[in-house]
Amino acid sequence: MLITCPYCGPRDVIEFTYQGDGNRERPQPASQNLDAWNAYVYDRLNPAGDHNEIWQHSGGCRAHLRVVRNTLTHEVLSTAFARGGHKTESRS
Amino acid sequence: MSPRRTETGGRIDRLRTIRFTFDGAPYTGHAGDTLASALLANGVTLFGRSFKYHRPRGLLAAGVEEPNALVTVLRGEVREPNIAATMVEIYDGLVAVSQNRAPSLAWDIGALNQLGGKVLSAGFYYKTFMGPVIGPLKGTRFWMFCEHFIRRAAGLGKAGTAPDPARYERMNAFCDVLVVGSGPAGLMAAKAAADQGARVILADLEAHFGGSAHWSGETIDGVPAADWAQRTVGQLEGNDNVRLLPRTTVWGYYDGNTLAALERVTDHKETPAKGEPRQRYWAIRAGTVVLATGSFERPLIFPGNDRPGVMLAHAAERYAVEYGVLPGQRIALFTNNDSAYRSAVALKKAGAAVVAIVDVRGDVSNEMRRLASEAEAELLAGHAVVATEGGRALTGLKVQRFDATNGALSGDDRSIHADSLLMSGGWSPTIHLASQAGARAEWDPARQAFLPPRPTQRWIGAGAFTGSFSTAEAIAEGRAAGLQAAGGSASSAPLPIVEATPGDPDPAPVFEIKAKGKSFVDFQHDVTAEDVRLAHREGFVSVEHLKRYTTLGMATDQGKNSNVPGLAIMAEALGKPIPEVGTTRFRPPYTAVSIGSLAAERFGDLKPERLTPMHDWHIANGATMYSAGLWYRPMIYGLAGETVEQAYVREARATRESAGIVDVSTLGKIAVQGPDAAEFLDRVYTNMFSTLAVGKARYGLMLREDGLAFDDGTTWRLGEQDFLMTTTTANAGKVMQNLEYFLDVIWPELKVTVTSVTDEWAGAAIGGPKARAILFSCVTGTAVDNATLPFMGIVHGRIAGVPVMICRLSFSGEMAFEVYSGAGYGTRVWEALIEAGKPFGLVTYGLEALGTMRIEKGHVTGAEIDGRTTARDLHLDWMLSKKKPFIGSAMMDREGLISPDRLQLVGLISLDNRPFNGGAHIVEELDEANPHDSIGHITACCYSPALSKYIALALVKDGKARHGTRAFVSDPLRNRFGPIEIVSNHFYDPDGSRMHG
Repeated sequence: MLITCPYCGPRDVIEFTYQGDGNRERPQPASQNLDAWNAYVYDRLNPAGDHNEIWQHSGGCRAHLRVVRNTLTHEVLSTAFARGGHKTESRS
Repeated sequence: MSPRRTETGGRIDRLRTIRFTFDGAPYTGHAGDTLASALLANGVTLFGRSFKYHRPRGLLAAGVEEPNALVTVLRGEVREPNIAATMVEIYDGLVAVSQNRAPSLAWDIGALNQLGGKVLSAGFYYKTFMGPVIGPLKGTRFWMFCEHFIRRAAGLGKAGTAPDPARYERMNAFCDVLVVGSGPAGLMAAKAAADQGARVILADLEAHFGGSAHWSGETIDGVPAADWAQRTVGQLEGNDNVRLLPRTTVWGYYDGNTLAALERVTDHKETPAKGEPRQRYWAIRAGTVVLATGSFERPLIFPGNDRPGVMLAHAAERYAVEYGVLPGQRIALFTNNDSAYRSAVALKKAGAAVVAIVDVRGDVSNEMRRLASEAEAELLAGHAVVATEGGRALTGLKVQRFDATNGALSGDDRSIHADSLLMSGGWSPTIHLASQAGARAEWDPARQAFLPPRPTQRWIGAGAFTGSFSTAEAIAEGRAAGLQAAGGSASSAPLPIVEATPGDPDPAPVFEIKAKGKSFVDFQHDVTAEDVRLAHREGFVSVEHLKRYTTLGMATDQGKNSNVPGLAIMAEALGKPIPEVGTTRFRPPYTAVSIGSLAAERFGDLKPERLTPMHDWHIANGATMYSAGLWYRPMIYGLAGETVEQAYVREARATRESAGIVDVSTLGKIAVQGPDAAEFLDRVYTNMFSTLAVGKARYGLMLREDGLAFDDGTTWRLGEQDFLMTTTTANAGKVMQNLEYFLDVIWPELKVTVTSVTDEWAGAAIGGPKARAILFSCVTGTAVDNATLPFMGIVHGRIAGVPVMICRLSFSGEMAFEVYSGAGYGTRVWEALIEAGKPFGLVTYGLEALGTMRIEKGHVTGAEIDGRTTARDLHLDWMLSKKKPFIGSAMMDREGLISPDRLQLVGLISLDNRPFNGGAHIVEELDEANPHDSIGHITACCYSPALSKYIALALVKDGKARHGTRAFVSDPLRNRFGPIEIVSNHFYDPDGSRMHG
């Protein structure tokens, strides 16, 4: 599996660390809504198909990326810095 | 002259004689021979014993799909089992032995298993050993009794136990076009792509490129196909953009067009050249893959089809044409398709007598009739072979009239005298890699074969792989695939002209001749047609279940011969067409792969060793080192004759009496900088950092998002926007990653950068009543008195001329300082401190004394912050700010995390004056015979020189309420039971008067 890092280019997956489901919404820091916190901390989507994920290029530039990956084919459809900008589309 | 070697012909080098041994007997062959062809030339018919019944077996094939002739190759002490003799190139001094026989191949005691054939049918092991216990000879106990004998009797070669001295290599390769297979299709594809300027890799598992061109007897471009292939390879060799990989099996097709291949670099050589690895593992990332992997000929399923002397038709043709070896003198063929007729003619030309061609089809074309007469063979159309005769070699066969439309046999059988029977049950494209790539094969009723599906990755098929079995089609498809893969446009230039024997590529849909006797489907695993039907009668309907129950296709050849016939028999039993039964999906590896090649240079201890700047000093000064994660740290600086306990007790006692120094360079250190650094730390830590003054440090605690404790350490404010965070040694990486995650993903608006500076700083902690006096004597450029350097204060100065940063903080509980300098000057500063400490009785201490003093103080480390404890459990709730939210603040007050019966941190004192062990349980009632009802466990323990007692820290249910009560330690594994007193975790100097000075 190759992930295209916007800084470093297409790199092998062994250089990356999976940092979890990218669909999670962290409640506002002061929020006391325990259900929302529970959902954020424990609920994970597990779709068979396109999935939003967070990966860190831990063996490279260390940037966190938002990656859209197909969990059935392992095709990486797009990558972008989690901080925003530099989106790379790669659907073939 | 060898008994079966032809006078002329073949592509072997008859001038070079190679000497080797098989089962201890000396043989000769020629350069270019495989072990199979050389032994066959020497008249060897018996190559192995079968897996289950120990039946004698000969060669079935000539290539990678060989299921019977598996041998063990010995090189010195190293034995490599289960290699197909067809894939072993002979070299002078080759030593090979046969397998699965005792005492010898010819006389094998295990052959008695054939008498028990009914008993050893499909599912024998499940039925006998896994079933309910009825009578004495059933069930798991019986299995445990029998296993030793069964494991000895069944199976393949034995792996060696000697370490493999060979060297293996890994390579990463990138190319625009990877061509797998170098038959006419693959060669054309490689040539077309290379001519377009594409970077091409051509890989073939055989020693020579050319595939079927070596033995087809066809003509391409007016020259023998083999010469055409050689010429084309020569043209490719000259190209800088082409890499040729012979003896290279592409065995795995993975995501992102990544393919794995194994190159057998020196397995065919007597002595490898200097620097050559034995094998090389290739990870190839290909823009496009051209799959030109050809096809396998299928056996026919009939009684006695496994007898030595029964061979695939094309294999015999290959032995005759490529190696100049005839599998027999009187040859009969048995076929359901046209391709065997070409084989008959080739063998006739090579000098054999072709006595009969038995064709299941009643209606044979005139072209084939002409070929039969060219081979001077009697044509028995509408007949089938119903039996074979002979022992270690074939002596004859029986045929009967056969109706291909309903499979019925009729009339009397007739005997034919022959020493070789060649069969052809049609052809199956080698679709393994395409299947691995994720696509489902599709049944083609005309070809009676599974054809490659629509690609799910970037590959293009060509030649027999696509079901186009003629060389002319292969050449056309190969060129088209090569052009397309290289991004070129289709060519209208003329293609090389092929002169080939004509033939209809479609076989009759006949897979099995049902007659009395064992008909083998999977030769290597001894699965018969009857086993497949038995599985059906017992209720197995899915091919995946059929495969696992009968073990069909699960041997080392992975069903290369048996897959389609097995499915056909299953489909017939189910009364369904083959496409409805489906096929199993092929998985990597295509052929066996040595573990050595996967590991390559990565063996032994792969972890990097992290050494502190003062490492050499520790070693030179008698430290016993201890690995802590990746780090090596001094455990003790033992004196002659001291035990570990005596050493750490001496070190800790001296520190509390005068002063001690310890290397703390391993602590994680992270620079947190930027306009929002203070705000960020407020969110990350449970306590406030924005209120921290510049030049001061503060102890901080981090929680996880779920509210459990994560890590602790001190953070120093070096400037308004400049903090130096320290973490525990073990969690440095995790904390760093966590900070990066929050800055990147959750709070990208914060202007903060974090940088790991662990390796930039050397750290020494110096503590004890004399510590300040020692600093006073060696630090210049700053005062170190109480006013200038109060508790948690930071000063900058110099030691031995080296700039240092000193923070007054204490882990030992004494008046203590951490002295940080640039890593390159760590030893210089350390030595200066040691020198300055001499008049004060300064000792160096290691991890054991460090741990002892922290246990005495009741400080927590990773043993207590174990991912299950909360700040409250560890009595750190005073650090939980109520003025601001922080990571974990919302979740930390959940019901289960504040329940009173949680495990809480306590101290333990041994009342029987015996040491504790980490992990021992605490119980209220001592019951050595039947330990029960643990109320907690020990996390850390030591002998306390300050208390003169064995003490421990522990996590105990409702621990705080138990202070002053008694309980017991219960440690059945180490047989340690005894009374304890539960006390506060702050054993020593609970009000901190010593460290505040």
